[in-house]
Amino acid sequence: MSESGPQEYPFRSQAPLEPPEQWERLRQECPVAPIRLASGDQALLLTRYEDVRQVLSDPRFTRRLDAEDAARVTANASGGVFGVASGGLAGGGGEAHQQWRRLVGRAFTAKRVLAMRPRVEAMAGRLVADMVERGSPADLVAGLGFPLPVWVICDLLGVPDADRDRFAYWSDTMLSMTRYGQEQIDAAQEEFAGYFRAHIAARRADPGEDLLSELIAIVDAADGRLTETVVLGTGQGLLVAGHETTANMIGKMAAMLLADRSRWERLCADPSLVRPAVEEVLRFDANPGFGMPRYLTEDLQVGGRTLPRGSTVVCSMGAANRDEGAFEHADAMDLGRTPNAHLAFGVGPHSCLGQALARTELQAVLEVLLRDLPTLELAVPPGALARREGLLVGGLRQVPVSW
Amino acid sequence: MDRAPTARKEETIMKVAVDRDRCCGAGQCVLLVPQVFDQGEDDGVVVLLDPSPGGALHAAVAEAASVCPTAAIHLDPHG
Ligand code: HEM
Ligand code: SF4
Repeated sequence: MSESGPQEYPFRSQAPLEPPEQWERLRQECPVAPIRLASGDQALLLTRYEDVRQVLSDPRFTRRLDAEDAARVTANASGGVFGVASGGLAGGGGEAHQQWRRLVGRAFTAKRVLAMRPRVEAMAGRLVADMVERGSPADLVAGLGFPLPVWVICDLLGVPDADRDRFAYWSDTMLSMTRYGQEQIDAAQEEFAGYFRAHIAARRADPGEDLLSELIAIVDAADGRLTETVVLGTGQGLLVAGHETTANMIGKMAAMLLADRSRWERLCADPSLVRPAVEEVLRFDANPGFGMPRYLTEDLQVGGRTLPRGSTVVCSMGAANRDEGAFEHADAMDLGRTPNAHLAFGVGPHSCLGQALARTELQAVLEVLLRDLPTLELAVPPGALARREGLLVGGLRQVPVSW
Repeated sequence: MDRAPTARKEETIMKVAVDRDRCCGAGQCVLLVPQVFDQGEDDGVVVLLDPSPGGALHAAVAEAASVCPTAAIHLDPHG
């Protein structure tokens, strides 16, 4: 394999809900695989569970690829979601990152998220009701997957309901490198920042219960921990990290559960499976996207090999999540699988800050769909679903459903 | 779960410890076993409520330890 040179990455799959055939071969034969990215730069791909876990858990390495010789992920140099996820301000490692995380983390504790749950369910119920009113068939991605996470983030940031649609438009535009031109993206960014500054001012004058009001209070306490730029960056960072990821997962979850309708029927018969089923859907996702890059600032031993400092490593959590060495019958979807230590949210100090919220959103969506639309089915054969290509986060363009 | 009225003699003891420096505040443990784990209001860092939970909670605590994203929960099944 090494003689054939680096493989082009990301891989393509033959079928929308199936993993690329390379995953299994590389796990078996070439767990540290040279790859060539869209930018032309080279990197090393890890596909085994233990290896991916080890690298992601290592606090020395971060996804900030701003070293001079780090591989560029996309032709567009900003690195998208990898650069901005923590407001672009604390994406690096070490103490600054931990400090930022613990400040913002207070909004994402299990208790705070559980308290949001009834509101998340109500939002999901409202979106499903609107979809039903427009009639069957419908596209679940446009009707439910994309709006819900923006509504939830608006709630978190205290953005009034009346402004949610504008928020959704900015977020869609800032994320999409394909549908909108650079001018539209810049304009959306500009408008978003303008709106958000005004929103910060409004919250300062009239604080609420939301995360933003809390962050502002910390800024105003002027203990030097946060500046206004960080508040703005955090707002935008949460949108970037929490919108596209969750939106796509909602569509993929529905597709996976409906593609083999016995899965859906099992959940209808036993809704207590919703929690483990959401974990299994996250594990089983054959199209999670690019994976997580790490830049090695030192030599590193992985799986008995030395990876040289200066390498960019791409951790394929999707491939790791199908590793037979870590999961029994890894290629079978088991809705009751417990425990399920999948890597969909990463692991270690940088693992997803919003994971309790993401889980809550996915569980709420699934519960509402099972309750309100038990007859739900795919309106097209699973093989006819089309992937969104070329983006860092994997998803399906549409998930047509009927009921 | 089998809830016999008389606890069996050989019921195992479980000692739980958490590493607050490693914890990333993801809250998985609190969602799974709120009787044993909580999170600090200010920073989201794990707080251990019960270092030796009863047998009925052992399976859930073991699950929490295995899914904790930072491996910050340590179990000593022998006490
Ligand atoms: C199913 C949905 C989601 C998935 C699959 C997901 C996945 C991830 C992954 C893989 C990482 C990076 C870990 C790393 O670099 O090692 C991450 C980071 C992050 N996620 Fe999520 N995420 C989701 C939803 C959310 C939501 C809803 C929010 C918040 C509203 C959020 C906020 C964040 C933040 C702030 C980070 C950066 C954490 C840091 O740098 O310390 N995510 N997410
Ligand atoms: S699951 Fe682990 S990382 Fe998350 S709050 Fe509990 S101890 Fe901390």
